[in-house]
Amino acid sequence: MKKHTIVALVQDRPGVLTRVAGLIRRRGYNIESLAVGHSEQPEISRLTLVIESDHVEQVVKQLYRLIEVIKVSDVTDDPIVEREMVVLKLHAPSSVRHEIVSMSGVFEAKIVDVGASTMIVEMTGTPSKVENFIEVVRGYGIKEMMRTGRIAMVRGARGHNASEYVENANGSGVVPTLN
Amino acid sequence: MSEQMTGAQIMCEALIREGVEVMFGIPGGAIMPFYFAMWEYRDRLRHVLCRHEQGAGHAAEGYARSTGRIGVCIGTSGPGVTNLVTPIADAMMDSTPLLAICGQVGSHVLGKDAFQETDITGITMPITKHNYLVKDANELPYVFKEAIHIATTGRPGPVLIDITKDAMQKSIVPNWDIKLNLPGYKPTYQPNRKQIREALKLLLQAKKPLIIAGNGVIMSGAADELRHFAEKLRIPVITTLHGIGSFPEEHPLSIGMPGMHGWVHVNRAIQTCDVLFNIGGRFDDRVTGKASTFAPNAKVIHVDIDPSEIGKNVKVTVPIVGDARATLLALLEEMPAREELADLHSAASDWMEHIREMQDKHQGKQQYVNRADTLHMTLPPHDVYEKINQTLALRGNYRVVSDVGQHQMWAAQLLDWNAGPRTHITSGGAATMGFSVPASLGVAIAHPDETIWVICGDGGFQMTNQEMATIHQEGIKNIKVAIINNGYLGMVRQWQELFENKRYSGTPLSGPDFAKLAEAYHWKGLTVEHSDQVQAAIDEAYATDGPVLIDFRVEREVNVFPMVPQNSSIGDMITVDP
Ligand SMILES: Cc1ncc(C[n+]2csc(CCOP(=O)(O)OP(=O)(O)O)c2C)c(N)n1
Ligand SMILES: [Mg+2]
Repeated sequence: MKKHTIVALVQDRPGVLTRVAGLIRRRGYNIESLAVGHSEQPEISRLTLVIESDHVEQVVKQLYRLIEVIKVSDVTDDPIVEREMVVLKLHAPSSVRHEIVSMSGVFEAKIVDVGASTMIVEMTGTPSKVENFIEVVRGYGIKEMMRTGRIAMVRGARGHNASEYVENANGSGVVPTLN
Repeated sequence: MSEQMTGAQIMCEALIREGVEVMFGIPGGAIMPFYFAMWEYRDRLRHVLCRHEQGAGHAAEGYARSTGRIGVCIGTSGPGVTNLVTPIADAMMDSTPLLAICGQVGSHVLGKDAFQETDITGITMPITKHNYLVKDANELPYVFKEAIHIATTGRPGPVLIDITKDAMQKSIVPNWDIKLNLPGYKPTYQPNRKQIREALKLLLQAKKPLIIAGNGVIMSGAADELRHFAEKLRIPVITTLHGIGSFPEEHPLSIGMPGMHGWVHVNRAIQTCDVLFNIGGRFDDRVTGKASTFAPNAKVIHVDIDPSEIGKNVKVTVPIVGDARATLLALLEEMPAREELADLHSAASDWMEHIREMQDKHQGKQQYVNRADTLHMTLPPHDVYEKINQTLALRGNYRVVSDVGQHQMWAAQLLDWNAGPRTHITSGGAATMGFSVPASLGVAIAHPDETIWVICGDGGFQMTNQEMATIHQEGIKNIKVAIINNGYLGMVRQWQELFENKRYSGTPLSGPDFAKLAEAYHWKGLTVEHSDQVQAAIDEAYATDGPVLIDFRVEREVNVFPMVPQNSSIGDMITVDP
């Protein structure tokens, strides 16, 4: 099955992440990664999903059925910038510290903590570069690892501009936001 | 208006502003403030006390399906709202505009497993079009307006609002100046003109075209437009279970129901057609059979207001996202002049002739399938349908609510559906046994001057028959229940007979004396054991000024034919040719 990168803009309301995750689960698709955060507009959040599926148009259409979902696109074959971050706690007795430091240099990774027998390394890059780095340091012994999941953005003028979807609500009634 | 109101008063006010007149529910601790407030509004907002929240939910569905307006049901936190889950799921499957109002524990104890606390928004997330948890009274005017807007527009569906008790009790000055903020919810009503022309091009070249009309035609109020369109192009019209009523069966272009218990000639026509125009149906697996074998020669045009339905089950050549009525109007506008349709019309009459030949060969035999060998039976179910059918045609002014099982399929097959949209009400997508009696309560309240017939199995009846008490208490007189009592969970028994060598595991079923039960509920109860008594009982039901139940004790092991076994091609039907 092909992996797809999907970018979505969603209204920032309670439960929206549960709705997205629940929908994908019950329709039988596998989430490989899901990253959520603020967009450039305060009331709109942005998601990047990586999904394995041969029916990705159905995933996109089903996501659109959620009331808060504003825009969804499969950007897998678009020109995109994709990034992921990994933080690794490595087994690092003094004998290998130099090696880890120089290997980190090659991958532009940062040493962010040094303990008695451990080091924490932070690395950001394309998902494949992150993958490579993890393989390279695996030999030292990975004690802990946390990956953020992929985030993506289409290059150039095209893309997912959240401000296009902000409505000028001129009613003064109370709209539920976060609770 | 700038005076203080409680959250509960705001809820009543919001419902009245949206045109709600009746609600079905049961009170309890968390929802008590709403009941306290609705007492002041009782002359404008009628509350119908049901006997079970499932009954309240189905009653609201019956109201909604028979009117097209929002149906409203109410439950208290915990078991009250979990009892609403079944009707909510039912409304989701059949796209029924339903509003479920739920009481929730106070916000200060939320999340602490408080008395009768249940995460109903979590539970119903997959079975609602949308849901809300409201903890602040200030949000109520907006949330009620948005909820009803979402439930009733686009592809309709159930919406649930869970309101904490303190939000209902709090006094505030409500702000009714509301503009909906829904950037992600903009249903497409107007079809794309290019697609309309593509569809017409296909239809005009077709030699063997068919129309499938589904629930969408009824919900968008497109029955007249469908008739004009079919007549202009002279295309035969198939009505799905939920499309029944969208096109009169007495019309010369009507050919009947497709699918698992559809007619042989309809399914064969689908398997040979070259263009299939589906408007407002969702290609349910009970219609398509094994989807990969469905309509193998057809180019498919699929019109649906929900884009996710298009291409989901069947490959589509021309997708059209839009409202059924708006789409038919657009097609009628783009229609070429009459002279250009001459070729089409001559091909159409050959095609229709072919379908009618198949129909003559098969339908008559299957309609009264075991007729030859039913002669020995004292009461074959088909005799009941025959008499009900004749009576309905004669007396008019009726709606039929059916339950789920064999009796439901017979109702769809054997009654002549000519009374128009919203006169056939049934649970299709979820197939919820126990739907019919409570749903009829909602239908009867919405249509007090009509006769509401319930056709129900002995199994389904026993799931929700407590609503007979509600019907009596509300003084409803226009409900007549026909139980097709075969002493079995008949539809399951039929599968066991046909595919499991008659291993009747868990299907033989006893019941009370239904007529006596009805009498205990202050209804009139009648029992019919012989074909000769059927008409007299129906006439007595009409002559009685009050709700009536007739227990038709029919032959126990009769099957619904024709039938497509599950996962088979609809071309391979089990038919019984006497
Ligand atoms: C709530 C529910 N439970 C179980 C089923 C499965 N089921 C479908 S039809 C049927 C038999 C219905 O029996 P009855 O109401 O007597 O109708 P009949 O088929 O005999 O006409 C059953 C059990 C269902 N559809 N709904
Ligand atoms: Mg039965």
